[in-house]
Amino acid sequence: MLIKYLFAKNEDIPAGSSSVFFGFSAIFWFVVGTGLGSFNAAKLAFPDWVTGSEMFAFGHMRQVHVLAVILGWISMAFAMTMMYMTPALGNTKLWSEKLGLWNAFLWNVGLSIGLFLLWMGITSGREYSDLIWPVDIVIFFAVLLPLGVNVWMTIAHRRTQGIYITNWFFGTCTFMIMVVFAVGQSPELFNLTGLTEAYMTFWFAHNVLGLWITPVAAAIAYYTIPKLTGNPLYSHRIGHLHFWSIIAFYSTPASHHLMSAPLPEWLKSFASVEGVLILIPAVAFVANILLTMKGKWSMFVENIETKFSITGVLLAIPLNMQGGFQQTRAINWYIHGTGWIVAHAHLALLGMSTFLEIAAVYFGLQQILRRKLYSLALANFHYWFVLIGFCIYWISMTIAGLIQGAGKIYEVPYIDVVVAEHPYMIARWVGGTMVFTGNLVWLYNMYMTAREGTVVPAGRYAHEMAYER
Amino acid sequence: MAFQQHKLGAAAIGGMLGLSMCITLMFPSFDFRSAESTWVGLDKNLSNGRVIGFSYEDPLVIGANKPITVILDKDPKTGEKIDPPMRAYVYKPGVPFAPAVRHPANTGPTVSQLSLNVGRMAEASEAEGAVFAINRGEVNGKDWDYIENLTALKGWTPADTLRAATDENTRYVGKGKTVYITEGCWWCHTLLPEQTQDWQIFGAPPMLGDFNGEMPTAFGSDRKAPDILHVASRNSSREWMDMHFFNPRLVQPNSIMPRFDYLWGETDAHGNKIDFDKWRTEYKEYRAGIRIYPPEIPEYAGDSEVRALVDWILTSLK
Repeated sequence: MLIKYLFAKNEDIPAGSSSVFFGFSAIFWFVVGTGLGSFNAAKLAFPDWVTGSEMFAFGHMRQVHVLAVILGWISMAFAMTMMYMTPALGNTKLWSEKLGLWNAFLWNVGLSIGLFLLWMGITSGREYSDLIWPVDIVIFFAVLLPLGVNVWMTIAHRRTQGIYITNWFFGTCTFMIMVVFAVGQSPELFNLTGLTEAYMTFWFAHNVLGLWITPVAAAIAYYTIPKLTGNPLYSHRIGHLHFWSIIAFYSTPASHHLMSAPLPEWLKSFASVEGVLILIPAVAFVANILLTMKGKWSMFVENIETKFSITGVLLAIPLNMQGGFQQTRAINWYIHGTGWIVAHAHLALLGMSTFLEIAAVYFGLQQILRRKLYSLALANFHYWFVLIGFCIYWISMTIAGLIQGAGKIYEVPYIDVVVAEHPYMIARWVGGTMVFTGNLVWLYNMYMTAREGTVVPAGRYAHEMAYER
Repeated sequence: MAFQQHKLGAAAIGGMLGLSMCITLMFPSFDFRSAESTWVGLDKNLSNGRVIGFSYEDPLVIGANKPITVILDKDPKTGEKIDPPMRAYVYKPGVPFAPAVRHPANTGPTVSQLSLNVGRMAEASEAEGAVFAINRGEVNGKDWDYIENLTALKGWTPADTLRAATDENTRYVGKGKTVYITEGCWWCHTLLPEQTQDWQIFGAPPMLGDFNGEMPTAFGSDRKAPDILHVASRNSSREWMDMHFFNPRLVQPNSIMPRFDYLWGETDAHGNKIDFDKWRTEYKEYRAGIRIYPPEIPEYAGDSEVRALVDWILTSLK
């Protein structure tokens, strides 16, 4: 167990320990988060299933699912990749493995406490900032700050002259998430009220996606795809176009989440125009990665990590096209608050980001543990269950959302919309359950990899070796 | 050291993010600051108290230390009849005041001046408690709603006011809003009719000044159910609300809303233990066609969470 290294000397801790701790924690939270998602979906499809207790009420569990996935799975998987990619790209060691281990440990403890309280109904009542301010302070100082310090110091102590694009993203996004988190939680700490509070809540909600989840996920692909295929990145300069356009454009359109609220009209128009500019970094990213695959497309079929990674990159195309246009005034009035938005959110988190991270976690854990993946069959099972489950979810929620939008503008009594959406609610539950099942299998597969995977000889990559099962 | 790209980069990133925050955070704050509170904004503020959700006065988020809204048909001090009945907001001693009272700037430049100068709002003390109401006054030929401190203006004390109102005319609006937040009603029901065809079914969208001083605003982002901002003006039946909360399928067979029977608590209005298992068995028989009528729902206790929730809906959401 890695807990024993918490009080060891830094130089006695094996390199990659914090990455392994983060990796398994992330997979665990992924199982928890998707399990809750599946349970919640079941409650929307079958409202009389498990009733009579507030602990199993939809309203208590919904946001636990959201935050378990964002702060548990997605962000911990980011930390996992940062702990091994940042030093590798700087040709150095992680600045402090011990800090990384403490970071992972306190992250798990803090998140468990926060989510438990949230489940009990102890909430700040603000979407995505639901955790109460004492927990927010723990997250800032025990989760975000140590992660950032470790990444920045590793980059500062690099032994390469330049900084690779992935590290530009890592170093910047760990800083920006701290700013965004501090600003986003300030209404609760300083009792800011009214539309200021509503707007800042969604300023946080937007930027946690736009400046943390999607750019870090993309940065991961800049590492994994060249590493897996052996091809150099198609263009580092296009990578920088992606990087700088994210910072310049995508830090601004927060109010496109509140197009129906009485915010200043200039702010909504500004956000809407800036929001369409997401297409610049999106095209730069997707083109860059797909061109890097040149001559190695067979790996999309043959190599499980590449398969996950490229699927994530391909999902970034509908994600950004859809997102850019959903938030324009011409379309937003029709679909605001409908299930299509939910579908879009899952396309970003469960589609693009998750697939890129799964690939990096598969790759990283095998490299650090020096163990070949236990079972390719189980990994393929994982891939297809997550992909098909996600697609069922995505398509059914898109249809449900369009029905809802039509119901909204044609003034259909709401109960008829509920009836019309029912089959898609069942499909949503089926899709979510498939994702959950796939992740359970993944947890087992990674556990068995750590215990019984074939040892990878020094100087070799795990993905170069043949499977034994 | 030669050229250090991360130094130039850090400066560029800081400049860009700073400019972006200047445009998206600082500029809108000027607009928000100049917003004058409407009656809706003042009413929400005074009935919700300092903050809904986790706070010093209510760490378990059960609606503790919230103000109480009352409908008064007689003067608590003189006993004179009040017609039409008026709405007053009672802050017992020690209950923290609403943001509109603590920080008058929250209500906008004109409204705050009226509340302070005419309504004598600043004279209220949290330690002694106070009774507030909303009145209407004129400034420069235009009417404004403002806050009155009735403890200072008329000598009404919180205890007298609650006694004059009786339980029947007492509405636990602040506690009800807390239940709305903790039970996650807002994950499906929005409080935001949109500026489109929503007008026709769900009523007028909120205005800029409707949110002044509210915390949290929690108007919801994901609509899986009807908007409820004006639900009480569509349906003001307490019986319907009660049945709908206990089991929505009693009044709307196709509803997917969860049952909120657990908000009834352990005992009913008469202090008897509520037999949920018996109710469920009888309800199943009803669904199977064995019983003709569904079982009666229990009468809830005066301090139950569901009472506060229905109070909030019927009083605040008009």
